[in-house]
Amino acid sequence: MYKYDTYDQSIVDARVEEFRDQVARRMAGELTEDQFKPLRLMNGLYLQLHAYMLRVAVPYGTLDSRQMHMLAHIARKYDKGYGHFTTRQNIQYNWIELKDAGDILADLATVEMHAIQTSGNCIRNTTSDQYAGAAADEVADPRPWAELLRQWSTFHPEFTYLPRKFKVAIIASDEDRAAMRLHDIGLQLTQNEAGETGFKVYVGGGMGRTPMVAPLIRDFLPAADYLSYLEACLRVYNRYGRRDNIYKARIKILVHEIGADEYRRQVEEEFLHVKTLGIDPPAEEFERINAFFAQPAWEQGLSDELDLSDPDFKLWVDQNVFAHKAPGYAIATISLKPIGGIPGDASADQIDLMADLAETYSFDELRVTHSQNIVLPHVRKADLYTLWQKLDAAGLATANLDLISDMIACPGLDYCSLANARSIPVAQKISQRFADREADLGELKLKISGCINACGHHHAGHIGILGVDRKGTENYQLLLGGSGAEDASLGRITGPGFDEDGIVDAIERTLDRYVATREPGERFLDTYRRVGFETFKEAIYG
Amino acid sequence: MVEGLRYRDDAAHEEPAVTLDAFLDQSNATAVRLESDEDARKLLPFLDRLALIEVAFPAFRDGRGYSAGRILREAGYTGELRAAGDVLVDQILPMRRCGFDAFAPDKPLDPAAVERALGRYSNVYQKAADGRAPAWKLRHG
Repeated sequence: MYKYDTYDQSIVDARVEEFRDQVARRMAGELTEDQFKPLRLMNGLYLQLHAYMLRVAVPYGTLDSRQMHMLAHIARKYDKGYGHFTTRQNIQYNWIELKDAGDILADLATVEMHAIQTSGNCIRNTTSDQYAGAAADEVADPRPWAELLRQWSTFHPEFTYLPRKFKVAIIASDEDRAAMRLHDIGLQLTQNEAGETGFKVYVGGGMGRTPMVAPLIRDFLPAADYLSYLEACLRVYNRYGRRDNIYKARIKILVHEIGADEYRRQVEEEFLHVKTLGIDPPAEEFERINAFFAQPAWEQGLSDELDLSDPDFKLWVDQNVFAHKAPGYAIATISLKPIGGIPGDASADQIDLMADLAETYSFDELRVTHSQNIVLPHVRKADLYTLWQKLDAAGLATANLDLISDMIACPGLDYCSLANARSIPVAQKISQRFADREADLGELKLKISGCINACGHHHAGHIGILGVDRKGTENYQLLLGGSGAEDASLGRITGPGFDEDGIVDAIERTLDRYVATREPGERFLDTYRRVGFETFKEAIYG
Repeated sequence: MVEGLRYRDDAAHEEPAVTLDAFLDQSNATAVRLESDEDARKLLPFLDRLALIEVAFPAFRDGRGYSAGRILREAGYTGELRAAGDVLVDQILPMRRCGFDAFAPDKPLDPAAVERALGRYSNVYQKAADGRAPAWKLRHG
């Protein structure tokens, strides 16, 4: 894991003091709320329905037990004893008081954490593959590149007031576990035929009101040009992205309106100039960062044998454990989706327990996933049963990874001032309705957003739900056929929406049709793509 | 409270800034004002004889001027680069980093607050237009 040096620490410490000063000026009335808003947003502080919400950055989703314990401490001391893990691999607290914000940031800074650029029209926290550094299918660990990007983008003076927020994801496998092509910039670490490291660069993806899958802009970007090229991509956007309409201000609209070819031409032209400025750090800086991500000291010669005689344990292993690159090790996902619970929520006690388990069983490392779960990336297979027992005792052993109850849901109208409808009660009802048959239904990514901003990724759900306001009542639209994986696609709205119970019934009709028409081994998404939209529409509306 | 800030040693330029269109028409002006939607690169052939370029910030959220500032400095412009408009205390630092060395805010600023803001960060992560060495440069010499 990356460790701060004095430079990193001085920047984060200065930020704490700067934000204390900004809060003090706001509380003294020297700053209007309008002037304070972009400053607090740049620091992850939102004014929500009931209180301030603070979003804390977990860069590329990686943290250690000390940091995880701090997240529990903040939940206990400043919130109501829990936190909510988000689709940007961050955590947010929903009951924060403005006067405490400076103290929270100071606490975070003691464990090399911050809330910098977790909101605002700037470059947001970079996300990555939650299995980075552990997955057998990666070409290299993408996180050193994400850390390089974190540093470059932190307080980037030119890109602090972009037309709109800007999200980057970096992966290093052909299997996309980070919804890479649904980002403003998606990067895939790769090697060319000469064996050199570089990136495939996708620009202009995103969800929200106008969802788009990002087109390929650069087939192979040499690693040495990494930051210069990103600087060129951002500069073209900062200069020419639309600022007349907030709903058309994301880079996807620019790329769509001028076309991928013209955007690419402008970026390449800008890049030729930017490359002369000496923005890219030398290879030694990458090597310095890369050394922090060296493989843990995995034990050699471990057995891959696993005693699966306990049927509940076997269920969990089959569902929540993923292949590790080292013999005798496994990647374990801790589901934060108990049946009928609030997706992504964890109590302070649970957060502390996960930190302790990471320290004991996973080389002190945890990951937050974009689907709102926690991963222990390096667990000895011999320890899995003990780990599972401890998780089970804390209500953290739900065996539902990638099943229907492992859904993404935004906070919705229960918390969010932008929402049109509640997400959480719908999520809970779906979870309860289908829990008994979810193993049979297989991989099924269901995603719920409480408004058109799509924080719950509904466009990318095999089944998506969008909450809307219909003449003053909450109404839920159903979408089918989306995917945030390497086969990225956008869901299609089936037809008229439903009320809260109606949407659950409509999903049941959808799934009954799937079960009746699937071929052996087909996931819901596969069946949908094979038999088509109309078959399901007919099942839903009759 | 101050109505203008200037971080240059030379005498203030007195000639009023003309619009970009007017400047491109009449080649003898030495001061020009760039609106936020105008292309700074149109000035690149004329930088040698410009003493003042004023970049408009109609709203603090409109960040196009930051790119304009850097583009002008990257092309070698050494004259006064003035940010004018909705310029607030917390925008001065990134503006300085993008090459601005004079400020004409719509509303007066507290010079003490500006000084605090400018002195707060002893380190930066990126190379920009202000000559500060980024952390990676300090790490590796």
